Amino acid sequence: MTDSASNSASTSKKNSTPLARFLARLLKQKAAPSGSFYGEPGAGDSRLIAVVTVVCIIAVWTFVTEAGLIKPLFLPSPLDVIARIGDLFQDGFSGATLTQHMAASLGRIFGSFFLACITGIPLGIAIGCNRVVRGIFDPVIEFYRPLPPLAYLPLVIIWMGIDESSKIMLIYLAMLSPIVISTRAGVSSVRIEQIQVAYSMGANSWQVVSQIITRGALPDILTGMRIAIGFGWTTLVAAEMVAAERGIGFMVLNASEFLVTDVVIAGILIIGIIAFGFDMLMRFLEEKFVPWKGKN
Amino acid sequence: MNRLQIHDVSVVYPAAQGGAPVTALSDVNLTINQGDLVVALGASGCGKTTLLNLIAGFISPSEGYLTLGDSTIEGYPRVTVGLDIGDEVTGPGADRGVVFQKHALLPWLNVVENTEFGLKLQGVDKEKRRARAADFLKLVGLEDFHTHKTYQLSGGMQQRVGIARALTNDPQMLLLDEPLGALDALTRESLQELLLDVWNETNKMMFFITHSVDEALLLATRLIVMSPRPGRITHEFELDFNRRFLECRDARKVKADPEFIAMKEKVLEIIHGDEGATAHD
Repeated sequence: MTDSASNSASTSKKNSTPLARFLARLLKQKAAPSGSFYGEPGAGDSRLIAVVTVVCIIAVWTFVTEAGLIKPLFLPSPLDVIARIGDLFQDGFSGATLTQHMAASLGRIFGSFFLACITGIPLGIAIGCNRVVRGIFDPVIEFYRPLPPLAYLPLVIIWMGIDESSKIMLIYLAMLSPIVISTRAGVSSVRIEQIQVAYSMGANSWQVVSQIITRGALPDILTGMRIAIGFGWTTLVAAEMVAAERGIGFMVLNASEFLVTDVVIAGILIIGIIAFGFDMLMRFLEEKFVPWKGKN
Repeated sequence: MNRLQIHDVSVVYPAAQGGAPVTALSDVNLTINQGDLVVALGASGCGKTTLLNLIAGFISPSEGYLTLGDSTIEGYPRVTVGLDIGDEVTGPGADRGVVFQKHALLPWLNVVENTEFGLKLQGVDKEKRRARAADFLKLVGLEDFHTHKTYQLSGGMQQRVGIARALTNDPQMLLLDEPLGALDALTRESLQELLLDVWNETNKMMFFITHSVDEALLLATRLIVMSPRPGRITHEFELDFNRRFLECRDARKVKADPEFIAMKEKVLEIIHGDEGATAHD
């Protein structure tokens, strides 16, 4: 029994193609490397597998479009999309070049993000630390947080007009609540012993807030910032639907009205790449500033 | 002259969901004078840590009051004590340093930054506080670990940083909640000696919690034995084994002394008697 099993294993190895061997190597379970524990959920490196996945998706996409299996109206080939991106930089689409569209969108996103961070983080800390502030802001934030930004977009436009400020306001509001709520969660995750020790070493309340609570809440603050940027992209398209003349969201919507599918896909790819890049940046900041996350 | 006084203090924790209120401490009276090394011994749940939290000012008594010098110690959040004693009310402060059972180091600071943190809060300049921190890190055997991250250290080393941090801050009174419980036997003995030396040289008040009878007898000038449900002080002994130890520097010799063994038997009998009584409840 064992004999035949080992026989079949060795023959299958002999007959296997290079592709099968490559896949087997890719997916093989490895022993826990030194420095990590047996049983850690999801241990091991997944980067190579991720790269292979992306390559496969692009390969399949290229194949089905270049072979004419899907019409370009529904899905243009990646080569066409890349060519179109080059065109967009040169000639632009609906009255502005791609650079101008990107500048408009990035200005809105990061302008709002900056405002949301400088107001949301202090507000979250104040809500976490002070019952009066909590009493005032809790009902307001808890009420508007679950509302989809599109629901209050009309009101924001009535109040602020259809120019840039209403778009910034909408994205700002969408980003504010995750930052405030994560910061507040971070405040309550600070261990009471750390606060007590600080008081016992002569800290005053302000020092406890600035040197213990804010630092201890940092992992959650960074998480909140990551979530906020995600919300921001979602809201951006909604904001640019309304009387915008520039912006990637506007470009995509406008292109879809004229069924210029390659511009739609180009826009989606660009948003995806920028968002992914920002997420990488946030992960890098997390490793740099809170290397102790989950280790205490 | 500093003196900590605890007058008829009771602490009742409010009822948890579906439970009855818990009396953690009942009618505790205790005076700690300058130079006293008071060790609290007792089974878990007898209110030792509650007593320490009261002295540190982390909680308020439900009844009775505590004074340190002329001020009343009260915790936050403030509970009305219903008594108006003393010139001022004080919460936790730099005059009472705390070492917790499990270290409460700040993971965003390295070892030496953690150790000097108290002095930094008080605005001592960097060179001075570094030097002081280095002295105490050396005393606890961590002179080679200044720039290590705290989460890279073993549990015992983290605890030693916690002790060095409390000593660096030079409080009038040290409150230690089972500080040596997680350490190996060798380190434990050397830190017992270190704490006794500090106590001997500085004449600080110390309040030390342990559940090791040997440790309690070796360190204490006054030993209080506590008993659970409700937590209260049942026995109090004046001891001088620590003086003998400081003279001969030989823990095994002190512990082999017939007097030490007799005392240990006595204390064990009290503690086991408690357990027996609990079992019959």
